[in-house]
Amino acid sequence: MTREKRIHLELADGTAAEGVSFGAPASVSGEVVFNTGMVGYPEALTDPSYRGQILVLTYPLIGNYGVPSAERERGLLKYFESERIQVAGLVVSEASGDYSHWNASKSLAEWLIEHGVPGIQGIDTRALTKKIRHEGTMSGRIVYDDAPPFDDPNARNLVAEVSVKEPVVYGEGRPTVLAVDCGMKNNIIRCLLARGVSVVRVPWDFDFNSGEYEYDGLFLSNGPGDPKMCGATIAHLKEALARRRKIFGICLGNQLLALAAGADTYKLKFGHRSQNQPCTEAGTRRCHITSQNHGFAVDTETLPQGWEPWFENANDATNEGIRHARLPFMSVQFHPEASGGPTDTEYLFDAFVESLKHGE
Amino acid sequence: MENKTRKVLLLGSGGLQIGQAGEFDYSGSQAIKAAKEEGIEVILINPNIATIQTSEGMADKVYFLPVEPYFVEQVIRKERPTGVLLSFGGQTALNCGVALAESGALDRYGVKVLGTPVEAIVETEDRKRFVEKLAEIDVLTPRSTAVTSVQAGLGAAKKIGYPVMIRAAYALGGKGSGVAADEAALRPMLERAFSSTSQVLVEECLTGWKEIEYEVMRDAFDNCITICNMENLDPMGIHTGESIVVAPSQTLTNAEYHKLRGIAIRVVRHLGIVGECNIQYAFDPRSEDYRVIEVNARLSRSSALASKATGYPIAFIAAKLAFGHALPELRNSITQSTTACFEPALDYIVLKFPRWDLNKFKVVSRVIGSEMKSVGEVMAIGRSFEEALQKAIRMLHVGMYGLVGNGLRFENVEDAIANPTDMRIFAVAEAIRAGVSLERINELSGIDKWFLYKIRDIVRMEEALGAEPFTEELLARAKRMGFSDYQVGKIIGKNELDVRKLRKRWGIRPYVKQIDTLAAEYPARTNYLYLTYSAVEHDVDYGKMPGGAAVIVLGSGAYRIGSSVEFDWCCVNAVKTAKALGQSTVMINFNPETVSTDYDECDRLYFEELSFERVLDIYELEEPLGLILSMGGQIPNNLAMKCHAAGLRVLGTSPQSIDRAEDRHKFSQLLDDIGIDQPPWRELTTLDEAKIFAARVGYPVLVRPSYVLSGAAMNVIFNEENMEKFISIASSVGPEHPVVISKFIEGAKEIEIDAVASKGAIVIYAMSEHIEHAGVHSGDATMVLPPQRIYLETVKRVKRVARELAKSLDITGPFNVQFIAKDNDIKVIECNLRASRSFPFVSKVFKYNFIDIATRAILGRAIPPIDKSSLELDYVGVKSAQFSFSRLKEADPVCHVEMASTGEVGCLGDDVYDAFLKSFLSTGMRFPRANVLLSVSGEENRFELLDAVKMLQEMKFTLYATEHTAEFYRKHGIETRMVHKIHEEKSPNVSDLLASKKLDLIISMPRNYGDIGTGDSYIIRRCAVDYSIPLVNNVQIAELFIAAIAKRSIEDLEIKSWDEYS
Repeated sequence: MTREKRIHLELADGTAAEGVSFGAPASVSGEVVFNTGMVGYPEALTDPSYRGQILVLTYPLIGNYGVPSAERERGLLKYFESERIQVAGLVVSEASGDYSHWNASKSLAEWLIEHGVPGIQGIDTRALTKKIRHEGTMSGRIVYDDAPPFDDPNARNLVAEVSVKEPVVYGEGRPTVLAVDCGMKNNIIRCLLARGVSVVRVPWDFDFNSGEYEYDGLFLSNGPGDPKMCGATIAHLKEALARRRKIFGICLGNQLLALAAGADTYKLKFGHRSQNQPCTEAGTRRCHITSQNHGFAVDTETLPQGWEPWFENANDATNEGIRHARLPFMSVQFHPEASGGPTDTEYLFDAFVESLKHGE
Repeated sequence: MENKTRKVLLLGSGGLQIGQAGEFDYSGSQAIKAAKEEGIEVILINPNIATIQTSEGMADKVYFLPVEPYFVEQVIRKERPTGVLLSFGGQTALNCGVALAESGALDRYGVKVLGTPVEAIVETEDRKRFVEKLAEIDVLTPRSTAVTSVQAGLGAAKKIGYPVMIRAAYALGGKGSGVAADEAALRPMLERAFSSTSQVLVEECLTGWKEIEYEVMRDAFDNCITICNMENLDPMGIHTGESIVVAPSQTLTNAEYHKLRGIAIRVVRHLGIVGECNIQYAFDPRSEDYRVIEVNARLSRSSALASKATGYPIAFIAAKLAFGHALPELRNSITQSTTACFEPALDYIVLKFPRWDLNKFKVVSRVIGSEMKSVGEVMAIGRSFEEALQKAIRMLHVGMYGLVGNGLRFENVEDAIANPTDMRIFAVAEAIRAGVSLERINELSGIDKWFLYKIRDIVRMEEALGAEPFTEELLARAKRMGFSDYQVGKIIGKNELDVRKLRKRWGIRPYVKQIDTLAAEYPARTNYLYLTYSAVEHDVDYGKMPGGAAVIVLGSGAYRIGSSVEFDWCCVNAVKTAKALGQSTVMINFNPETVSTDYDECDRLYFEELSFERVLDIYELEEPLGLILSMGGQIPNNLAMKCHAAGLRVLGTSPQSIDRAEDRHKFSQLLDDIGIDQPPWRELTTLDEAKIFAARVGYPVLVRPSYVLSGAAMNVIFNEENMEKFISIASSVGPEHPVVISKFIEGAKEIEIDAVASKGAIVIYAMSEHIEHAGVHSGDATMVLPPQRIYLETVKRVKRVARELAKSLDITGPFNVQFIAKDNDIKVIECNLRASRSFPFVSKVFKYNFIDIATRAILGRAIPPIDKSSLELDYVGVKSAQFSFSRLKEADPVCHVEMASTGEVGCLGDDVYDAFLKSFLSTGMRFPRANVLLSVSGEENRFELLDAVKMLQEMKFTLYATEHTAEFYRKHGIETRMVHKIHEEKSPNVSDLLASKKLDLIISMPRNYGDIGTGDSYIIRRCAVDYSIPLVNNVQIAELFIAAIAKRSIEDLEIKSWDEYS
């Protein structure tokens, strides 16, 4: 049997667990969060919303189907959510040494090493998850040799780290969507393009009211960290609201819209990161299964007049979407673009694109 | 909810058979619980008397009647329910419901079908309509043509291109399906399929594609969720019931998983399912191409598995949806704080392994394929695939210690992989050991390489254990890969307890984890548990059991021939009584088809192995009051001495007494000491000794090999020649594996006593007689309670012997004694100091719960007084065996000393004829209308049937008979139409008659037990099964059946509920 390098996972509260290294030979610190999805590690690991976080996957067998190739489609990596692995580190019970899939080009370990991201296996991820659930999300580190200091990534402007630096235009269709990239997942662009629109992807702090680009609708993307770090975006958004632009937001976009409208956001104890979050649509008996990845939430109580909750989490009653009663502003906390996760709410893209095709 | 349902009719699934087993007791019981919570009155029809759902405190009224349109309509007429639930009783209930809807009976009585509408059911069942319906939403199904004749089938196959797959519509568990490589193979398959259905589908062959299933729920408000998906390790070509299945899928990417999930939801919405359904896919291993294979618009074996695998109470919620609730309004009963409208996240892997029992049959094909042959299944939970797989293999209780370390050898290992039998997984391991490449194994089997890598790792670990120094790290790794202490010990040459001691010294121990549906995201309040070595802490705080130290009840394991839902009934009732007495309860079992593995039945449920190692692990954690071993049949019973030797407290009858009854020598000595007669017997190790002993006591003799894995089962031997043949088959006979030979007494009656004793004194007993003469296994025999034809003197003697045994063995708890009786002379043939399979039957006939009484005795609590006069019944109970011969190709459908039935039914009647007819009809028998074929081998059999055949003649049946049978009856003045033997190729020939579909009944039995599986008589019986012609294969049953139909027509049978018999 091959020689194993034993390394450690340590939490800020002093908890330590020994495991075996399977990624890059490096130490790292970050915020430790868990995701309960049973498939979709290539998607999750490249989701920019995980920037700065050490991700614990609760499903114990990870890496079974390997990692797909770096094939591109319309300029985007076809099988990933961004250009690189975004998580700071990965914690699993068992990383499959061998993989099997027609679409795979390398193993999970090879991929992590390629991106310089450490991975630790042989961890009781259930015990760890229970700890986080009980104590709340906390700082932690993977210690390969030297221990780096604990670090709270939320104190940094993570959005700036993952956003595009220059505007990028995708597609030639009409209408046009201007998408504010706060760490946007590729599948959001794919979902929009699939509906025949063109997408102008701009940096998080881009002034989209300047008139540099003509657009029919404004899209606010997902992204990592505390929404209050995005002051520039919120300021631009306030103006767009005043101009009554058609707006749709996802995840961080939901929080930014709320802040621009004058409501408040707060940090959840351990967030929602999974593919099985039930969300009920206000005023209906319909409940959708959604994919989620967020650590902050909109405080429904603080929504100003004219705004109303659109969706609500059926498990813990937290906010899952807001909309204006009369004006075309709406956003959801969950991920209708899925990837990974269920595609049940993808219809929201249809509704948004459809609304852009008609005038006021 | 308007038009609220007040009274609902629930259809059960009848006797357990291959393809339709205990899972429907679980689903029906859940439906009853859901209805009761709604305040809805439940009327249940189910002849399966051994089920939990037919127990007191469950349905408001129970009818032990056949789930057949005629009987169900009679019950509807009497009870006038407002709604009916069709999806909780398997294919039997579904078919019956569709028939009642189509005949207009449901409309006539204003009964509403709750849940999925009949229209949608029919669309899923009728292949042609199904394919068209899915095409409407551009969902792909296999290219196929529905045909209604053999000729059309051959034409369709030509168009699609061979190989083709055929499937029969309305088929339970894939009956009448298979793959044909060419026309020569296809023709007979079509002929057979058309004997039981009018529509057959010829379709493209997808052998080798991945087989994936999703369990889907939808409410009437269009909320739709998937509970889980499952991946078959054995790809397309092997029925999902015959496949090793894992949950969740292991080799699908996010895109694939959610593509299939999305299609599932679209399909379910388009069909308009309300409640639960299962969708099966074939999925291309080289692209994202797929086909929808089928949708089961009802609870199924897969849904029971999914329910146990995830902790999501699928059947319960499905019933709630049928009553009109919306999913988001219902709670997740595990967390009690979150909604039921969610999809479980697992943080473990579940593996289902089918349990076959093919050794029980003298002639049967062992090949597994697109038809189901397995009789049960086990489910293992682990945090690695290796752990789950090895646990599952041990759970089968077929003598395997895990995937490796079994000392198995294959003559041609590649052949054993390419032509799968029940041994294929072991052949895969052996091939890897022998150096066959994984590519080659993948090519031969279609098993995804991910699974093969894991199997390879287990083989490598076995090699490492055998070669490397035995270190803490190596052992820890082996334990994480599911090696048992015994298995490790076998490889390194230590005994089980030494390995355990060393392991504990090294601090390597299993941890207890909860199944909580949400992967620890929310706190769970349930105690649904498993053990794993991939962990560092328990989810459970030990020492905090509310009722103090618990009693641990050991379950019965996989359903198999000889151990079925009856033992689950016993276990559940033991737990119920213990709970009612304020006692904390712990259940250990691993059968996903049971009620005992519902986490709300006990305080803690360990979904775990019933092995000595695991029971000891749990015992050490729980520090219980003690173990109850007497409820779950033979598996727990066999642990008695080992547990005792290890210092575990066994409650009830002492392990030494159990050993005295189990050990043939000790038991024989005991019988001699207390002067009880037994048939002469010897334990022998050579053929010569066997011949000498048999000659001394006189043939026939009963021979039992002590080691039955080789395929040589118990048998009756009629002469020296057969003895030689038999001993040569049982090649392992020798000093290590002796055979037991006993005198076989012909023409004797068999009597059983089921009883409960406390401190050596009998508290309650039930005496039953068998209709069949001794020689038919008690599990296959038709049982009558109270006995109708036993001499008073015999009754007295049987009671005396039972009392003596209870006293001598100091029994506290349930026990069962079997006797043979001839001319007032009785002999003991078996004694079990545990509950027997007839305990639920006798409990329900007497309306005294024997298990409740036994549990009180075991726990040393007061036993309520029993009114002796209430044991004098004015009615009769008859229990009949349910066979699955149609599934077991080539098996001779006869009953003999080795048990063959897969289930049983029990019915009540005002007299033995009434009860017997209901019971026999419940097993699939039909009233004959016109044409009866007699093929009776053996002069004695023919003579014994003379009066019965006369009756048939008087009833104006047209009688056909094979040559010698016809001759015999002609001599006795009964004219029959003679048909020639098959090989004589003369007309009129029996083969033409069989194919003509004219026959309503075949009466055929071999000359004696030595002639099973041979001659024309065997072919006739086999054809009866393959062409779905009712068959009577036993002389005493033929006599009773003919006498009964002479006295009663179907309209004469009483439609009375259980409580109306008093």
